[in-house]
Amino acid sequence: MSALKNIDMGLYRKRRFFNFLILFCTMLATAFGLLWLVWLLVTLFANGFQYLNMAVFTQPTPPPGESGGLANAIVGSLVITVVGVLIGGPVGILAGTFLSEYATHSRIAPAIRFINDVLLSAPSIILGVFVYQIVVVPTGHFSGWAGALALAFIALPIIVRTTEDMMKLVPNAVREAAAALGAPKWKVTVAIVYRAAKAGILTGVLLAIARISGETAPLLFTALNNQFWTSGLNEPIANLPVVIFQFAMSPYEDWQHLAWAGALLITVSVLVINIISRTIFGNR
Amino acid sequence: MDREKDKGSFSRGSNPFFDVFLETFFSFATRTSALFVFLTIFAIIASLFWGSWPAIKRFGLSFLFSSEWNPVTEKFGALVAIYGTLVTSIIAMLIGVPVSFGIAIFITELCPPWLKRPVATAIELLAAIPSIIYGMWGLFVFAPFFADNIEPWISDTLGQMPLVGPLFSGPPLGIGVLTAGIILSIMVIPFMAAVFRDLFEVVPPVLKESAYGIGATTWEVLKSIVFPYTKIGLVGGMMLGLGRALGETMAVTFVIGNADRLEKSLLMPGNTISSSLANQFTEAVGEIYTSALIELGLILFFITFVVLALSKFLLFRLTQKEGVRT
Repeated sequence: MSALKNIDMGLYRKRRFFNFLILFCTMLATAFGLLWLVWLLVTLFANGFQYLNMAVFTQPTPPPGESGGLANAIVGSLVITVVGVLIGGPVGILAGTFLSEYATHSRIAPAIRFINDVLLSAPSIILGVFVYQIVVVPTGHFSGWAGALALAFIALPIIVRTTEDMMKLVPNAVREAAAALGAPKWKVTVAIVYRAAKAGILTGVLLAIARISGETAPLLFTALNNQFWTSGLNEPIANLPVVIFQFAMSPYEDWQHLAWAGALLITVSVLVINIISRTIFGNR
Repeated sequence: MDREKDKGSFSRGSNPFFDVFLETFFSFATRTSALFVFLTIFAIIASLFWGSWPAIKRFGLSFLFSSEWNPVTEKFGALVAIYGTLVTSIIAMLIGVPVSFGIAIFITELCPPWLKRPVATAIELLAAIPSIIYGMWGLFVFAPFFADNIEPWISDTLGQMPLVGPLFSGPPLGIGVLTAGIILSIMVIPFMAAVFRDLFEVVPPVLKESAYGIGATTWEVLKSIVFPYTKIGLVGGMMLGLGRALGETMAVTFVIGNADRLEKSLLMPGNTISSSLANQFTEAVGEIYTSALIELGLILFFITFVVLALSKFLLFRLTQKEGVRT
């Protein structure tokens, strides 16, 4: 009897121990994931903060060996990001509206959803090549417009997806109530569903902005870069990600310092936008 | 005030023609936008085909199997880039999948409720950091650290073993295929961990509770209830991570070393499809060079499309099951 008990206890202990071991490993895995985040942010602040001064915001990018800042790149990035969202945003919101409100019995909707999800994870550099083919080759030169369009194509699937998801969260009873009052469908959508899903749609747009403001690959072949101030979107335009790429890969120390400052700027703004969008949606 | 006005127009229906016009216009606008998304993918495929046609015509199928990449003699083959893309992604998966599993299990099963949100958010922020930041950090911080502390150890231990030895021998350069794979793994972890976590939360509590009820430990519940229940979705989640890893550009471009040679060792520099594009596209002169690069892009798009479509299909089956059950 006591021997049997001992054997059972032994097996029990073995199972307990194995369980403990696995769960301990999951803790290690989580710590491993968080370690990279901490390491990255710490080195970014340690290297970037010391080179962040007023000149970074007021002077344009310098030739090697001279002092300068990132002003033209910061402005250029803001401009193409804003234009990109202004192109991608409305189209994305309307397409999401179609999927949520108009396509309930449509056979094409699942296909659109599928393609949108593929675009969502498609390599961004491919979109750069695509815009190069349809804009840069026909016009014969790199331009801010091409860069903004490439960013719009990256923002588009994110906005479509969140808009659809958020509009679907609006209860059907609300739509029916409005329809019962005699409101036509467009009015139900615009005045009722949009109003109810406002915070969610805004979150999607903010996440899209966060994503495209750090995108580099699609800008390499479209907006290219420009060492000087640009007068319009019809010529190559300076932008932070490509400047960081060029400066970080260069052998010049001054350029590398500016690249660190720029990297810190981009990361902080992307993380801040992310956290803001989370709180907007969280407070709803 | 606003609300009053809205209510008024609901009941009055002031101008039927105007309403019909707006209705038609609005539904047309949404339909056109959705169609635009639908057509984008065909436009991408068509433009890539159009751009790579000269290279396809010139090299044919041998493009896929040739490891020569010589802009001077205009002889191009995709083998080195395809090999680099696959190998870096496999390394990323080998590290990323177990870690993502661990994180997802930790968050769903082990984590005290108050810690859940902070941990999940922190992991998701890893995905928010732009890839160029990973690249720069990889080049200036991780690669030197790796070269000084890890690589000599790797080539002393793994590099001496029979069979796998050649894969891990070579000078400690810091940059190379292995470094790129490790950084890729950090970048795909948040995507996979998020999918795994969602899947684990789909498992009906009744199933888990019955297993706990007959005395199973947490690990046994995971192994015999949670994993079998979610297995198709788990594969879908891995495919999603793989799709991300295959197409990742900037982080890899910084740390892989950009060598157009086929190297046996993982410690040596290499190249991926996306890093070749990022590095050479704007400098490419001549129709064939550009066209060969676009063909690389076409191959990448094809591979990621297949992987992502598979992932979507596997994850879709799980959500369908979920729908039937409830």
